[in-house]
Amino acid sequence: MLKSVYNWVDERLDITPIWRDVADHEVPEHVNPAHHFSAFVYCFGGLTFFITVIQILSGMFLTMYYVPDIINAYASVEFLQTKVAFGQIVRGMHHWGASLVIVMMFLHTLRVFFTGSYKAPREMNWVVGMLIFFVMIGLGLTGYLLPWDNKSYFATKVTLEIANSVPVLGPIIKELLQGGTIVGAQTLTRFFAIHVFFLPAVLLILLVGHFIMIRRQGISGPL
Amino acid sequence: MGHGGKSNEKVVFVGDSRVRKGNGFITPPDYTSYPGKSEAFIPNFLLKEWMVGVVVLVGFLVLTISEPAPLGFPANPTASVIPMPDWYFLFLYQYLKYPYASGDFIVLGTLGVPGVAFGGLLLAPFLDRGKERRFYRRPIASAIMLLSLVSIVYLTNFAWTHYKHELAKTGIKPEEERRIEKAREAREKGLPAPSNAVQTKEVAIVDKDDAGMESFKKATCISCHAADLKGASGPSLRGVGDKHDKAAILTIIKEGKKGPDGNMPPMYDTAKGAGLSDQDIDHLAEWLSKQKAEAK
Ligand code: HEC
Ligand code: HEM
Repeated sequence: MLKSVYNWVDERLDITPIWRDVADHEVPEHVNPAHHFSAFVYCFGGLTFFITVIQILSGMFLTMYYVPDIINAYASVEFLQTKVAFGQIVRGMHHWGASLVIVMMFLHTLRVFFTGSYKAPREMNWVVGMLIFFVMIGLGLTGYLLPWDNKSYFATKVTLEIANSVPVLGPIIKELLQGGTIVGAQTLTRFFAIHVFFLPAVLLILLVGHFIMIRRQGISGPL
Repeated sequence: MGHGGKSNEKVVFVGDSRVRKGNGFITPPDYTSYPGKSEAFIPNFLLKEWMVGVVVLVGFLVLTISEPAPLGFPANPTASVIPMPDWYFLFLYQYLKYPYASGDFIVLGTLGVPGVAFGGLLLAPFLDRGKERRFYRRPIASAIMLLSLVSIVYLTNFAWTHYKHELAKTGIKPEEERRIEKAREAREKGLPAPSNAVQTKEVAIVDKDDAGMESFKKATCISCHAADLKGASGPSLRGVGDKHDKAAILTIIKEGKKGPDGNMPPMYDTAKGAGLSDQDIDHLAEWLSKQKAEAK
């Protein structure tokens, strides 16, 4: 039954090459921790992706309760944290995951750096990786404001002051992010939109590029 | 399928496309030049990865359950808190405090050094173009990275220790801890967990024309708690009956109260001095204990 449905779709859309592109490849010995334990350093990219998926899923659940306005933002987070069944776990996953994904990404970057895997022909994938790095930092920065408690409020104020001190562009960046002259209602809605729509969209596009390049080039060889 | 127009296929793409027909498959890299045993990604390797993934997930869930995500009190521009970014920004934050990265040198601080560092990282493959991949044969690149790592660890640790030190010196307790404490105190008293969210529905004053109100004014309570009970240098007392009963309020009047919202001096003598009798004070406490949010 399943096979005939598959065949029916395949006949029309020729999907076999797509999933073979994704799935059908070999894992060489030097990156396989089952053979060399030290090869666990090659897992950090996959683990980063795993946590990224957790972030996306838990974030989707958070938006079911979160309200991005200055009166209700804190109240909605507090409600989720203290009243909603499993709300504390969902928020906890997103909160700790945000730190963990940075750690994993950092370790992955170090692995790629110290194994010299960024060298020809993988220069472009390194650049895409660094762009992902910046997007992740941006996600952390914008997400930090969303609970709208004092910690997030004052940290954001300081961050925007720092942005402001960049010559020429600084004040423009600050006003663009802040949406006015103070950290207030506009800032919160902007950070929310950036955190939930803009940056994830960019992230997904970059990730697709990252993965296609890995498949094209294969993993770098043993040292 | 595709561009041949063979008649036994259901979908025939008409040949006006300029796209060259590929073989529809990214040729898997040939690993025969790598030594050792390769393994199929699906199912062999993915299965192992999955098992590791499950262990990671369980560990992660244990963390989230045992350590709830922190939450402080609602943003209030006049609150006094020590601003702290998330931990992975601490090194930048600390670095920007150094004199050569701030003040007159702020451009160097915000644009110069981070620009060179992150720009260099972004363009690493184009700066380090040798063929050698082993890190111990690339002393310059490896040394720069190791040096950066050491400074990041040092700066992060410095910022964190400094923050702890500030907390100890000023006696400020982080809000996320105070919130938990407040919830625990309420629980121990058998009260429902208090909400710290800004109240949008205003709690009304119960029995506004009661003699208690008069005593409240006379005893100068209003200088700190305001004539509308909404609070000034002291906290709002609207709905205070939800937190304290009459006896507790009497104790507060007699002994004062030290707490996170400031200190209240003992007011008993002041009240007596203002001409209140013990009965008046008793009644004042009773009136305050009737200030409940739900009462209407
Ligand atoms: C010098 C200012 C000052 C005056 C005058 C004052 N208070 Fe207070 N009061 C405070 C402060 C500050 C607190 C908060 C203490 C804390 O953080 O728990 C407080 C707390 C209280 C509380 C407990 C509120 C709570 O939420 O736990 C009650 C009840 C109270 N005051 C009643 C009175 C009464 C009745 C009078 C008049 C007899 C009075 N206060 C006069 C400063 C004052
Ligand atoms: C969300 C973030 C990221 C994810 C999910 C991710 C995922 C992956 C995965 C799964 C691999 C396969 C090899 C491995 O697992 O180690 C890989 C390889 C690679 N990554 Fe990333 N990555 C991320 C961020 C980065 C960053 C920040 C960089 C560096 C700037 C980077 C640079 C590279 C390079 C150059 C390769 C090829 C390495 C090789 O062939 O040996 N990636 N990435």
